Amino acid sequence: MDRSEAQGEGTPPLVRIRNLCFSREGRPIFDGVDLDIPRGRVTAIMGPSGTGKTTLLKLIGGQLRPDAGSVEVDGRNVHALGKRDLYRLRMRMGMLFQSGALLTDLDVFENVAYPLREHTRLPESAIRKLVLLKLQAVGLRGARRLMPSELSGGMARRVALARAMALDPMMILYDEPFTGQDPISMGVLVRLVRRLNDASRLTSVLVSHDVQETASIADLIYVISAGRVVARGTAQEVMASDSPGVRQFLQGLPDGPVAFHYPAPPLAQDLLEAA
Amino acid sequence: MLDALAHLGRAGIGAIRRLGRGHLLAASMLLGSGEVLRRPGLLVTQLHSVGVLSLVIVGVSGLFVGMVLGLQGYHVLSQFGSAQSLGVVVAASLVRELGPVVAALLFAGRAGSALTAEIGLMKATEQLSGLEMMAVDPIRRILVPRLYAGFLAMPVLAALFSAVGVLGGWFVGVGLLGVDDGAFWSQMQAKIDFHEDVVNGVVKSLVFGFVCTWIALFQGYDAVPTSAGVGRATTRTVVHSSLAVLGLDFVLTALMFGD
Amino acid sequence: MQRQRLIEIGVGAFMALGLLALFFLAMQVSNLSAAGSGEGYHLKARFQNIGSLKVRAAVTMAGVPIGRVERIEFDQDSYEALVTLRIESRYDRIPEDTFANIFTAGLLGEQYVGLDPGGSDEYLKDGDTLEHTQSALVLEQIIGQFLFDKAAGGGK
Ligand SMILES: Nc1ncnc2c1ncn2[C@@H]1O[C@H](COP(=O)(O)OP(=O)(O)O)[C@@H](O)[C@H]1O
Ligand SMILES: [Mg+2]
Repeated sequence: MDRSEAQGEGTPPLVRIRNLCFSREGRPIFDGVDLDIPRGRVTAIMGPSGTGKTTLLKLIGGQLRPDAGSVEVDGRNVHALGKRDLYRLRMRMGMLFQSGALLTDLDVFENVAYPLREHTRLPESAIRKLVLLKLQAVGLRGARRLMPSELSGGMARRVALARAMALDPMMILYDEPFTGQDPISMGVLVRLVRRLNDASRLTSVLVSHDVQETASIADLIYVISAGRVVARGTAQEVMASDSPGVRQFLQGLPDGPVAFHYPAPPLAQDLLEAA
Repeated sequence: MLDALAHLGRAGIGAIRRLGRGHLLAASMLLGSGEVLRRPGLLVTQLHSVGVLSLVIVGVSGLFVGMVLGLQGYHVLSQFGSAQSLGVVVAASLVRELGPVVAALLFAGRAGSALTAEIGLMKATEQLSGLEMMAVDPIRRILVPRLYAGFLAMPVLAALFSAVGVLGGWFVGVGLLGVDDGAFWSQMQAKIDFHEDVVNGVVKSLVFGFVCTWIALFQGYDAVPTSAGVGRATTRTVVHSSLAVLGLDFVLTALMFGD
Repeated sequence: MQRQRLIEIGVGAFMALGLLALFFLAMQVSNLSAAGSGEGYHLKARFQNIGSLKVRAAVTMAGVPIGRVERIEFDQDSYEALVTLRIESRYDRIPEDTFANIFTAGLLGEQYVGLDPGGSDEYLKDGDTLEHTQSALVLEQIIGQFLFDKAAGGGK
């Protein structure tokens, strides 16, 4: 596939987002976002909860349509593709959902085998080998007969990662892979993301709000706030940024450009009305 | 006052939107029907959960409904000295109406609600989105086999309901109340027409099977992806399916037996 | 795979049970085993009054069902009822001068068409018309007739 392509500054980015606008129920979520995701790197997209990070991944995967602007993946405008082409493109992207999104009526082995059975005509013996290799990569070969309900959150995400890797995609989209993990499984996942990226020369897009972990593995970081990109650069560059939005997010200040309070009338007025 | 009017308007617009989405979903499911032929295994699995698992409740209900019909029918008919017609009364009510309708109502409660909860939870846990991102169309892969399973299971369940019910009526009428065995069956055979009664009953149950499964799948697919949302959708499935079955039954009966 | 096999067996039994139920409804509950529907030949008969004769009512000869009423129309020219009967094809020797009556099964029962064979050597064919008919007895008419006779007899 694209493995042999030269990577580096000269090659065009794998994902190219221009002037992306998207709103939900009249509320703007993105308002002119420009973003490039270079090939072969780990790119992190950071921002407070509710800024639309999951939404951004769904826009890249073609599950949502933007109001304006374009999303190009590997040179093709995702939202101009017909269903067949879109599905063909998705076969080359893996997505790791926040919840894992494993099929609950299949065991671990069958979950990882699922995309192979759907999209290839490999014989059973080849599927078995591939699945075991993918499970080995995430350290869960021994758990192959467990059902999803018997897995811890971290294990479920690793299975989902093995499944996302099953078709050897060119890109994996991670939706908050570290959230809600204990320090050990967080560490496991952090190293796994980096190792998979380097071993199979993937492009990784990592959506997260865990500042430390993300900064430790990302080659490039975008910070999104209030519908716009507010910072872009390597971990050091972003950390050094003096933009108030970035500072608030990175240092975890309760109030700043992103208000602690959801928009509301003054408290006194609200209380008086209630009386 | 205006607020109430606006509220009504909003509710109306919402209902029409939902109706539109429901029909779009039905259209996509029908367009994706080829999947059933390509993967018959999926259909078999769904026939199991939709049909086989509804067997006991449908069979037992059919038996009791038939026995009650035998008892009540006997008491009314014997007043006119025509207890021999018991077979006709039992079989006609079952084959024409009660079989398709009661089996569909039981189906909505047993299988329909389960379908809605299953699909709704698959949506809430992002399994449907996950399939889409794996380049698998959840409508074809998840919904279509369930739709056809419901469509095929319903006539089978209705036929079983009617058959078991007739046997229940026979047990009470002939076995317990002493109606003549020969008269019971011969009068029944003389009055129940295969094409007009049995085939029409099967047609009814095909329609009910499609509609109930469609409603159940749509409610799950359209559910608000939270636990409360899935709960509400499950309730709506039972309510809407029951109303649809009873309403459609009237329309179909008028069309079939109206002249 | 073991589970899948159980499921397949369950579904197979389910379908077989459904077919069995349908077969039972067809052969034991309804008339599919009797009058082989669809086949047979048609005869027509005109009646002054058919009472409450219904489509699908039985056609009998010597009390044995040999066919069914298939269609009932009203003929505006003769002001008569035109009844189409379907007779099973194995009963193909019904004399031309056969008499068609509309009888009532029991006092309040269903009405049916009874055929009384005539003596002719010619037999009725598909599409022929039964010339001799006797209308239904309408209860009100009988009672009216009875009272009238009574009154006339009393006057004598
Ligand atoms: N299905 C939906 N319908 C309406 N609004 C939604 C829906 N999903 C998400 N949102 C809203 O869109 C915004 C962005 O959501 P999301 O992309 O999930 O944020 P993040 O992943 O960054 O936490 C949130 O404010 C959320 O309330
Ligand atoms: Mg999110």
